[in-house]
Amino acid sequence: MANDEKLIARAGRQGEPAATSGVSQKPRKLAVASEPERVGVLKTYKLYIGGNFPRTESGRFFKIVDRKGEPLANMCRASRKDFREAVVAARAAFAGWSAASAYLRGQILYRVAEMLEGRKEQFVTELFALGATRPAAQGEVEEAIDRLVYFAGWCDKYQQVFSSVNPVSSSHFNFSMLEPTGVVVLVAPDKHPLLGLVANLAPAIAGGNTVVALASEQLPTAAVSFAEVLHSSDVPAGVVNLLSGYRQELLEHFAAHMDVNALVYCGSDPGQIQQVRTLAADNIKRVIVRGLSSWNDDDSRNPYFIADTQEVKTTWHPVGR
Amino acid sequence: MSNDNGELDFNTDWTYSPAPESSEHVKIRDRYDLFIGGEFTAPESGKYFATVNPATEEQLAEVAEASSEDVDRAVRAARKAYEQHWSRLPAVTRGKYIYRIARVLQERAREFAVLESMDGGKPIRESRDVDIPLAAAHFFYYAGWADKVDYAFPGRKTRPVGVAGQIIPWNFPLLMAAWKIAPALACGNTVVLKPAETTPLTALLLAEIIREADLPPGVVNIVTGAGATGAAIVDHPDIDKIAFTGSTEVGRIIQKALAGSDRRYTLELGGKAANIIFEDAALDQAVEGIINGIFFNQGHVCCAGSRLLVQESVADDVLARLKDRMATLIVGDPLDKNTDIGAINSRAQLETINKYLEIGQQEGAAMYQASCAVPERGYWCRPTVFTGVSQSHRIVQEEIFGPVLAVQTFRTVDEAVAKANNTPYGLSGGIWTDKGAKIFKVSSQVRAGVVWANTFNKFDPGSPFGGYKESGVGREGGLHGLQPYLELA
Repeated sequence: MANDEKLIARAGRQGEPAATSGVSQKPRKLAVASEPERVGVLKTYKLYIGGNFPRTESGRFFKIVDRKGEPLANMCRASRKDFREAVVAARAAFAGWSAASAYLRGQILYRVAEMLEGRKEQFVTELFALGATRPAAQGEVEEAIDRLVYFAGWCDKYQQVFSSVNPVSSSHFNFSMLEPTGVVVLVAPDKHPLLGLVANLAPAIAGGNTVVALASEQLPTAAVSFAEVLHSSDVPAGVVNLLSGYRQELLEHFAAHMDVNALVYCGSDPGQIQQVRTLAADNIKRVIVRGLSSWNDDDSRNPYFIADTQEVKTTWHPVGR
Repeated sequence: MSNDNGELDFNTDWTYSPAPESSEHVKIRDRYDLFIGGEFTAPESGKYFATVNPATEEQLAEVAEASSEDVDRAVRAARKAYEQHWSRLPAVTRGKYIYRIARVLQERAREFAVLESMDGGKPIRESRDVDIPLAAAHFFYYAGWADKVDYAFPGRKTRPVGVAGQIIPWNFPLLMAAWKIAPALACGNTVVLKPAETTPLTALLLAEIIREADLPPGVVNIVTGAGATGAAIVDHPDIDKIAFTGSTEVGRIIQKALAGSDRRYTLELGGKAANIIFEDAALDQAVEGIINGIFFNQGHVCCAGSRLLVQESVADDVLARLKDRMATLIVGDPLDKNTDIGAINSRAQLETINKYLEIGQQEGAAMYQASCAVPERGYWCRPTVFTGVSQSHRIVQEEIFGPVLAVQTFRTVDEAVAKANNTPYGLSGGIWTDKGAKIFKVSSQVRAGVVWANTFNKFDPGSPFGGYKESGVGREGGLHGLQPYLELA
């Protein structure tokens, strides 16, 4: 049944060039008039787990349409099992990523920005297809690139801003520094599907966490394509895992998972927020709710976004002979 | 002195004469009311409960039981004080009031120490040298922050949160009150504080000091009671922030209770810290650290070193030295200046500890207890060590909150770290080695909020404290302890 629907959906799209997937695939006129028009290659949007691009194990999908209401793509509808696999991958990647030098993390985030810059047109086209105006799409992609550079620069600086040497009265050298919380689940916002993801993802990984992110349910294509950018940017496998799917279905699994340390929820649905906070208490997860209406100003462009998913560790050393 | 087998023998004439601290200068009233709006007022229900000296099982006083109506009165007093006085005062003035509290605490330190030991059972040596001086130091430290908090948060303006509801445990009664009240006031908040039901007296004496210091009425309100009183604070809609120190179980309930609102919270919860002894450690020092780690305050310490991880090559040696050292520990009268280990805080807690002693033996671990004498009346537990335990044993995974140590061995650094991190908790940890590089490697891999290297159970107002994982959310103490009491804009 599901496969039949998929075939029908694809067939429908093939006949309508305006409704291509996000990638620039308008059929080109070929020089030799006698040959038929080239048929565009449609993109399959998949999940990104542990450095691989699997389809959902569930075989489920959901359709999205473009700005004209025409079918745009079939997205993987990730299941609880996909999510659990993603957490396993994120946990496995945590030791290495959190121990990576700040300089290295900064270079890798910068590399992500470079890769996104190189594929700017693709993302502008994808966002346009999802309903943004061309100037808005271009602005969003450029800000996403700049935001990656911004947090790349913070990687080896936030520690200096937020750490302290504590003048205790006993004979000890005592200091507090930040360490990443661990595995962070990010429920990305619907508004600004690319920038919203990057604005919340970049500070989490800049701080050494590993992440399982759920792309915007309404407008997922650009965010899912962003996984390809990550994949070609020296980001180690498992550091970022990206799912598409139904927010309401997956939230309870995100919040209840006992090996997730923090959950960043972008949105303002009171019922969802309460559900997340309630289930998160099972393992005292940190819950960060970000209800911003814009991701394009200093409300999200600041190092406190890094500090949100950090733990303060204080170490005591005796001073003496 | 040693016997024929070469073991140290402590059953000799090396006994100490009793050296009790006098309690004459401590005036305990028969009955204590609630401290609301700057006055001591009777509870609306008219109900009182007894607070008992755990070393004698005698009632010290009866204390008001605050109902939700009483809590509501306290919150209204705190709100009024916040809006009409405290948040409008110049920060420098708020600081001066807090300095006053610190000074009076220092002046009356001995009285507080004796009362703390009588009400909670901790040895006078600790209440005198640790609890009370640290409580005063905490007020002194945060007093100075009052007019400087903006400097702690680069690029941000700060403002107070509002009314803080604070619920504290019975293990460090006055010190926990100081941890909660001092930063809250310094940041411009007002508070409703609930001391633990078994140890309310020093907080109520603090209320008297707060009155003496002439703080505006309602800035600090102290409501006594048990779990129901705490729930009334957590559920009160006009409280902006909850600060809780206690068990992970209750912390979970609080986190769920607050899920439907945007009220902020910090949670300081349980722990099961590993004290890791490497073969290259100074072993006698390490043994002192083990003793301090688990027997300090009868083991009623959330960051206690309740798991000993000792490198296999020195395990027998360390255990022999540990048992020798345990044989010198004096268990008994908390007011005696020679006492090392005082009374278990309550009958209920003694039952909990005894339950775990049974569980440990049923799980197949070998139990060793010091052979010291304990008084006939009162609640006591001999220093206890379990060997032959595995990672899955409940006495390795669960917080006992008593003088009970579980001993495991390891061979490699990686194994030590893996075992140390293999509990749901992450509050503290200890590392003993003479190798500096090893300290930094292991301390960065132990997932815990406080790591003591070649020391243990040290505290300071300037030193942030709090847990990873299920040991809690947020930090108290130091610069980082300001943030829970501030909105950043």
